Amino acid sequence: MSHAPVDAAVMEGAVLSEHTRHEIDAWMKKFPDGRQRSAVLAALRAAQHQNQGFLTAALMDAVADHLRLPPIQVYEVATFYSMFEVKPVGRVHVSVCTNISCMLCGSDEIVASVEKKLGIKIGESTPDGKFYLKCEEECLAACNNAPMMMIDHVYYENLTPEKAAQILDSVE
Amino acid sequence: MSQDIVNVEVDGVAVQGRKGQMIIHVTDAHQAYVPRFCYHEKLSVAANCRMCLVEVEKAPKPLPACATPIAEGMKIFTKSPKALGAQKATMEFLLINHPLDCPICDQGGECELQDLAMGFGRDAARFEERKRVVKDKNIGPLVSTDMTRCIHCTRCVRFTAEIAGLQELGTMGRGEATQISTWVEQSVNHELSGNIIDLCPVGALNSKPFRYQGRSWEMTQTPMVSPHDALGSNLSGHVRRGTLMRVVPQANESVNETWISDRDRFSYEGIYASDRLLSPMVRQAGVWVTTDWESALEAAAQGLQQVIAQRGVEQVGVLSLPSATTEEAWLLSRLARTLGISNLDHRLRQQDFRDQSADPLYPGLGVEIAAMEQLSALLVVGSDLRQEAPLLAHRVRTAAIHHQTSVSFINPVAFEYLFPVASNRAVSADAMVAELASVGRAIAEATGQAVPAWLQGAPPTDGQRLIANSLCQGGRRLLLLGGLVERHPARADLRAVASVVAGLAGATLGYLPTGSNAVGASLAGVLPHREAAGEPVSAVGLNAAEMASTPLSAYVLFGGLEPGLDTASTALTGQLATADFVLAITPFASPEAIAHAHVILPIGTFAETSGTFVNVEGRWQSFVAAARLVGEARPGWKVLRVLANLLGLPGFDYESSEAVRLELQQVLGAVAHARVTSAETAYRGEWQIAGALAGNLASLPMYQVDPIVRRASALQDTLVARQAVTVY
Repeated sequence: MSHAPVDAAVMEGAVLSEHTRHEIDAWMKKFPDGRQRSAVLAALRAAQHQNQGFLTAALMDAVADHLRLPPIQVYEVATFYSMFEVKPVGRVHVSVCTNISCMLCGSDEIVASVEKKLGIKIGESTPDGKFYLKCEEECLAACNNAPMMMIDHVYYENLTPEKAAQILDSVE
Repeated sequence: MSQDIVNVEVDGVAVQGRKGQMIIHVTDAHQAYVPRFCYHEKLSVAANCRMCLVEVEKAPKPLPACATPIAEGMKIFTKSPKALGAQKATMEFLLINHPLDCPICDQGGECELQDLAMGFGRDAARFEERKRVVKDKNIGPLVSTDMTRCIHCTRCVRFTAEIAGLQELGTMGRGEATQISTWVEQSVNHELSGNIIDLCPVGALNSKPFRYQGRSWEMTQTPMVSPHDALGSNLSGHVRRGTLMRVVPQANESVNETWISDRDRFSYEGIYASDRLLSPMVRQAGVWVTTDWESALEAAAQGLQQVIAQRGVEQVGVLSLPSATTEEAWLLSRLARTLGISNLDHRLRQQDFRDQSADPLYPGLGVEIAAMEQLSALLVVGSDLRQEAPLLAHRVRTAAIHHQTSVSFINPVAFEYLFPVASNRAVSADAMVAELASVGRAIAEATGQAVPAWLQGAPPTDGQRLIANSLCQGGRRLLLLGGLVERHPARADLRAVASVVAGLAGATLGYLPTGSNAVGASLAGVLPHREAAGEPVSAVGLNAAEMASTPLSAYVLFGGLEPGLDTASTALTGQLATADFVLAITPFASPEAIAHAHVILPIGTFAETSGTFVNVEGRWQSFVAAARLVGEARPGWKVLRVLANLLGLPGFDYESSEAVRLELQQVLGAVAHARVTSAETAYRGEWQIAGALAGNLASLPMYQVDPIVRRASALQDTLVARQAVTVY
């Protein structure tokens, strides 16, 4: 897989920003005393957001420290869920749903179109570090308007290969 | 109680279980075998291997026996077609990704997967697709990994999280990409981590030092007892053609449960260290000459007799490692006393002997090891418990987590413990006496008692009151003095104060001595002031520290002790250099022995001799020789017996080590069977706390405790072994 170039500050990612810490604290308050570990998913999401779309070991250690968890338990969660990236990837996450409904409605062509447009294969990032074409493992639950893709949490439905390419053009 | 009994039927037989038990508890108790991989009675239930599926009447699908609680009237079928079908189907799935590399796998022949595949597997695979391959991880010098063989039972993960208390392994990824890993490349460092080798039901985690060294069916198993700490963990030595190939735990719920420390598991490598002494050696005109036993023993006897005749018997000092067997200790003690030698000691690391006459009969724990879990409060003074006795630390962890025992420490530094610690007080080595005295004053305040006038110490702080409160209420309480007290320059002061504190609190006072057999050596009278069974001697001899600081004409060093490494100071080296005669009875040709001894007699290590260790709770554990002696080495007790014969001493006609032990037990009488020493709750008489004392208090790293461990190469490669000695 090609590694997107990322500036040194992001690579280090050692410290949770004040904003991230506040967000984690807010989530921790939602759980009963002694269950602060339940906030780990929200905490990782905030940490990943702070770091332009991927987690580093140092960031996960910081989350573990903040939640008073063994670091390995944070690694376990981060590697289990497909919405967390534990290796450097592009800033904009593009996921094309390839589950059964989308597949039947032609998601293979959508994938081919997106791969051609971005010049990368699924699981890779563009050399400029802008796009990351994610290998989506789960159905994204928009079967009624298949085929579809998700760009940074925004759904684009009823796609055609041309439409998918146009949408990518419009991404900042 | 009657409502707690649940009636169920296992394979058509009506049986009873307790409410809350899982099906597998009941089937195991009634010999209805259910296959399993992830279930382990010491670990939490994961129910992720699905191998233990059984049929339950009225349940639509087979249920996992390890995770299904029994219910009244439940009819369980472990061997029905539905149960067997489910088990065989699970087996087929487990084998899909498992490599067929049994012929080169160290687990082959002792593999739970292999065994169950025989019983539940198909003879040919139906899976023709690509098998997954997982990259092996480097998790340190002790455990080797072959992760493609992993079936994700997560026993190792649960062990590190639940038993070790330090989760070092985790389940990374998911689905087909699941891997057991540390994720960031690092070694697994916990002092009990070797147990994951035994827990692993397949060949994914194996012993790294044993890798490709032998096959399980080539080896015979002999029970052994650990020589490295005072617990006496039960071991099983695996021996091939006389060589000890590896060590695994032998279950003993009263001592080590089913675990052993890494030190017990991997120390065997030290037995075959490159400086192992292969034959007797005599120094002739300054040159070492390898010789036969007869001439070496004669030279030894002559050397001793000459010094005694010319310089007097008080010019002879005898020092023994505290890990010598009880039989060796008894023969050494008898030999020395019969010759009239009273400079005799095994307390090599002790510096302060001022109150030795008030020592208990032996340094015992005061409670049984298993009873540690039931304490209501525990105050440990001067012990890095995890390093000194890893499995005692495990017991304390169980107590703190599962029985809410209030555990506190007073140490020169706040050592890291993996369980809730009520108070982890770090005071300088000099201030430990005053700290303990203040705790005593807090207890006296809380209970309305008077403190002895000699007990000084500042008025208690809140932290000290917290310890005091936990120690003077509840059920059984223990005040435990560890290795740092034993080695403390003000040991006598600490002990005096501790006995007052224990007395005021109504707590038991216990000791955790260094070495595996300090208890046996004390009982056998390897002491300058006491004979066997604690009988005081009329003329007290020199203790270990005095023998190191006073130049004597002759020294007998037993068990391979190395001055400086096994003794409190390096001063002994200087005395050996100027002595007329030094006899080293040792398994190893250590540099000190080669430099200063005149006769070196090779003896067997704990694995090669029969003997007995008496553990810290007074448990006599006898063992036979597991491995064949290396070279010309002989068991220590035989060497001492023949040496006594050559010295013309009467009554050394033992036919076996058992005869030696029986004689000692006869001498000890009732004392031999006193399993735990009674608590020493009141200090005998007044005590004057000394001011500043000479001497340092230093750490004793876990893998430096005895000559065998120091020579175990894999242990010496660990991260833990790289700790330097700290002077507090």
